[in-house]
Amino acid sequence: MNSKIVPLSAENVDTDQIIPARFLKVTDKLGLGKMLFSDWRYNDDGSPKPEFVINKPEMAGRQVLLAGDNFGCGSSREHAPWALTGWGIRAVISTSFADIFRNNSLKNGLLPVIVDKDTHEQLFSLCEEDPNTEVSVDLATQTLNLPDGRKVTFPIDAFSKTCLLNGVDEIGYVQGMREKIEAYEKAMAK
Amino acid sequence: MAQEPESPAVLYIDLHLVHEVTSPQAFDGLRKRGLRVRRPDRTFGTLDHGIPTHDRSLPILDEMAARQIAIMENNAAENGVMLYGIKTGADKQGIVHVIGPELGLTQPGKTIVCGDSHTATHGAFGALGFGIGTSEVEMVLATQCLLQRKPKTCNVKVNGRLQNGVTAKDIILGIIAKYGVGGGTGYVFEYTGEAIRAMNMEERMTICNMSIEGGSRAGMIAPDDTTFEFLKGREFCPKGADWDKAVAHWRTLPTDDGATYDATFELDADTLEPMITYGTNPGMGMHITDRVPDPQGVGDLSQRRALEKALAYMGLQPNQPLLGHPVDVVFIGSCTNSRIGDLRQAAAMLKGKRVKDGVRVMVVPGSEPIKKQAEREGLDQIFKNAGAEWREAGCSMCIAMNGDQLSPGQYAVSTSNRNFEGRQGKGGRTFLASPLTAAASAITGVVTDARTMMK
Repeated sequence: MNSKIVPLSAENVDTDQIIPARFLKVTDKLGLGKMLFSDWRYNDDGSPKPEFVINKPEMAGRQVLLAGDNFGCGSSREHAPWALTGWGIRAVISTSFADIFRNNSLKNGLLPVIVDKDTHEQLFSLCEEDPNTEVSVDLATQTLNLPDGRKVTFPIDAFSKTCLLNGVDEIGYVQGMREKIEAYEKAMAK
Repeated sequence: MAQEPESPAVLYIDLHLVHEVTSPQAFDGLRKRGLRVRRPDRTFGTLDHGIPTHDRSLPILDEMAARQIAIMENNAAENGVMLYGIKTGADKQGIVHVIGPELGLTQPGKTIVCGDSHTATHGAFGALGFGIGTSEVEMVLATQCLLQRKPKTCNVKVNGRLQNGVTAKDIILGIIAKYGVGGGTGYVFEYTGEAIRAMNMEERMTICNMSIEGGSRAGMIAPDDTTFEFLKGREFCPKGADWDKAVAHWRTLPTDDGATYDATFELDADTLEPMITYGTNPGMGMHITDRVPDPQGVGDLSQRRALEKALAYMGLQPNQPLLGHPVDVVFIGSCTNSRIGDLRQAAAMLKGKRVKDGVRVMVVPGSEPIKKQAEREGLDQIFKNAGAEWREAGCSMCIAMNGDQLSPGQYAVSTSNRNFEGRQGKGGRTFLASPLTAAASAITGVVTDARTMMK
């Protein structure tokens, strides 16, 4: 995946900022992209704030979000990755992610890319120098390719990687263990 | 239960709690697969996040909330899942993390999940409880199992004893202020030390509840006689000889002496003062007698910017005290601080006093049984006589989904767990604190050190 970057320098971006709780009354997963970062993005009258990063016209279509440390902290709402992917984001680069958010992202085809502090700072500087900086993310080789040719590897567990690359249905995988589950339940009941 | 090479462990889930907000898409997914809930006897539902806290005989005016509640009722009925809601189980309805322990569903050694990050609360009983997303809710509904990787462990040691007027809430706010909101990422906390041992179960739940605010998905406390005393006789706990057998097993659960952890955090309870937050995440906290920090003193550039942004949102100046800062709303409730002990502390402070003119005070019990208990003790009268609102059980202004919310710019002292921007209503500004601080501030109308008002 090649994409220009949406830079959001805030640290500890919590899931209430990604999508405020008042939008959690929906009963499906689709259509949440327009509520992404709602309180940072819109004025009280509903008009977009032109200075907020994702409202800039050139950001449309970008698939990589660059965010500050501890992205996705707070509540377990899966509406957060649904809102991000609904807007078009497919990978988030940060120095760390909150545990539940990272899990939820992996189940929705949203790739959390963890990089070291220096790379993180460099990426923000590059975006400042050239807002059209482009990176490529290669999940198969777990590599983030920077414009200067530098390759940075990022961690992901083998199982999540396989699921993402091959579209494995995790629930189907566990369902395949029905006999083991039944045996465990029988043993536990004794 | 099982683990294949190169794959996460398959963890069997002993107890799955569901609520109306994070489950509709999971039940939908289940239906699309042609499945039903695998173990309805291990699945329990409640209505808490979106439910109004006004008189339950009144209609729910918010159409989307009403629809979500109707869907939860339908999903529970269709799958044979017990729902503590409006039409069924109303006498035991409440916040999911309050009713689990209250019903005795929460027990030592159990694996407990819920589509809610404050599932960490159940760790107070020596259970492994943690929050999951909706996809995982669907997996547990379908298989009663979850894929998990083993977390790292962190010993959170709370030494010494609390001073008068300092509470469990202050301990957990103190830990998060010291180690940060990301400090526990990747870890499960075990809270140990003299101060933890001395606590009752409600206080332990307050501590474990906010593990997630420190970045940790789960926080546990070794079960002991205090734990067993709390659970004995509760509806879903074993009875008779089965109880004795269960207790004997539970006594084997605590961490071995001399066990090692991947990390250790420490807090001194002796020197702790009441805590209050000044910023927009739960780690931005200080002793209530301290002054708001100055961004100029923060070396790290991104942290300095974060603090500047937080103070701008909160409308606060560097180096100003919070004591004496005007308050518009006081909220006493949430899965952190809505249990009977919390209400007793607040009522003791408010007894015979009046809420300051112009301050709105909401008291929202964590469950209907807690509400009834408080009414038997006359606490509702103390609150009402003081001029506070006495509500039905629910999450209410902690998450502000049900109409209970701050107006833009308002300041609240809140006993809840999150002070994120807009958490309690768009533009609202939250100071997190203990029920004692909340009640004292309700009387004076400004942020107040409860110790100055205690005999």
